[in-house]
Amino acid sequence: MKGEGALSRWGTFGPALLLMLALGLLPLANLVYTSFHTVTWSGGRATFTPVGIKHYLDLPHDPLLRAGLRNTIVFAIGAVGGQMVLGFALAMLCSRVSRGRVVYRALFILPILIPGIVIGAIWKLMLNYDFGLLNQITDLFGFEPRNWLGDQSTALASVIAVDIWHWTPFCFLLLLAGLESLPQDPYEAARIDGATWWQELRYITLPLMAPAIAVTFAFRLVIAFKVFDEIYLMTGGGPVTATEVLSFTLFQRLFTEDRAGYGSAMAIAIIFLCSLMLVVALSVRRRSETAG
Amino acid sequence: MRRSHRLLIHAALIAVGAAILVPVIWVITAGFRTQISLLTGEFLFNPVLSNFTEVLFSKTSDFLVNYRNSLIVGSASTVLCLTIATLAAWSLARLDWPRWVVHVFLGWALLFQMLPPLALAGAWYTMARAVGLENSFAGLILAHTVLNLPMALWLMGVFVREVPLELEEAARIDGASTPVLLWHVVLPLIAPGLAACAILTFVFSWNEFAVALNLTMKQTATVPVAIAKFAQDFEIRYTQMAAAAGLSILPALVLLIIGQRYIVRGLTQGAVK
Repeated sequence: MKGEGALSRWGTFGPALLLMLALGLLPLANLVYTSFHTVTWSGGRATFTPVGIKHYLDLPHDPLLRAGLRNTIVFAIGAVGGQMVLGFALAMLCSRVSRGRVVYRALFILPILIPGIVIGAIWKLMLNYDFGLLNQITDLFGFEPRNWLGDQSTALASVIAVDIWHWTPFCFLLLLAGLESLPQDPYEAARIDGATWWQELRYITLPLMAPAIAVTFAFRLVIAFKVFDEIYLMTGGGPVTATEVLSFTLFQRLFTEDRAGYGSAMAIAIIFLCSLMLVVALSVRRRSETAG
Repeated sequence: MRRSHRLLIHAALIAVGAAILVPVIWVITAGFRTQISLLTGEFLFNPVLSNFTEVLFSKTSDFLVNYRNSLIVGSASTVLCLTIATLAAWSLARLDWPRWVVHVFLGWALLFQMLPPLALAGAWYTMARAVGLENSFAGLILAHTVLNLPMALWLMGVFVREVPLELEEAARIDGASTPVLLWHVVLPLIAPGLAACAILTFVFSWNEFAVALNLTMKQTATVPVAIAKFAQDFEIRYTQMAAAAGLSILPALVLLIIGQRYIVRGLTQGAVK
């Protein structure tokens, strides 16, 4: 619509712009500034000592950060991979039944709505060595009880399994919506031609679902990259650094140890990594759009 | 499809449903156990209410205050976020903003959505302290508003573009000003979308932990912060933690029962379009 008054233009867009600048861009500028300084506190006043790019040069030598980066990558690939496969399988199954679909969907949504910290609490109890339900069940089958979250060899796998429990429903929901919106004609044609179940999946469903799969995957990867709450409650990054993830490293350096300068440099590095992922994701999408 | 096939599919789906429900139900029942009953793992137990009364009414627990705090922060940030996002989404979709403005703004919102909130929490705390808001709800409400803004912008953008353009043009010809147009024409048509977006915004604010941990004090702590404290206190009180966890899921359960349709719509809308 042309000829809008400046008042209605800025009255509608202004608040959002102001908020994203004041609470989005300003803190970012603050972080950049702090990252070139060392902050010391004395008598309730902060002193900023300029140190140049020293903090950035220290980053690659931080053992905690290296563990955090490694575990975040393993976590993101393991958890999101598992969720996508399980979510897709579930969506395929659910799209084949007509009765009860609403009930299944309502049931499967539940974990998405539970606070991450409560998910952590639930599974800290479920995986408890002494009385956890999982050890009670494995005991029935004659297995030795395990300290799932306290053992270095199982901690990361356990945390990944909990994340799969938490987020598979989200993938399921988005992929089911995708399946429900697919056209029916190709399937009818394929059935007339006598296509097998596998051929239908491989040559019709998967290609048609590619955009929905890509979007779901991107959504989930972003959230997996930020994982914090569940780990904070279940393992606190331990034992040793077995479940140390990026958000947790940042939390420790910035808040627990109160190293504002170094922590800010780490935050900027993580933000840079995020923007890199975003640019790659957008360019991949653009390429697939022009190709398709 | 053959009958046996269908039964198999239902069996698989019911098994997954059980895998989702059993941990939740087990923890809720753990809230009704005594510590000894939980530790011995007896299957049948005499339910007790002591954990709930302890969590809700004892002097050492502030859970009712935490609950109230979460309700205040959740409702205020939801109203604020939805108002700001709807206005901006309509503005970007319908007014002739230069394309670069739209692209830069939405690109920044998308990047902002990807950042770990913890990266910004420290700076938010410094800013809140500079204006004397560090021990009030205002800081956390604003933080949750801006955290949920990108999602709300995206969702409301989808719903606003569904409003028929002819309808808005007809209202313009009849001389409607922008506020009248938004209130009487656009708002009624996007109401279901608003409901979907509101439920998600509220739930995400209710669930948010990392920022709340850093922006709240004892009197302003929200439910997730309180639950984390239960888990980390000197001696872990498992059954009370279970009771608190059960209580904290209540709003989500209520919203799931009354608003399932809207939740599904909200979560799927952005992805399908």
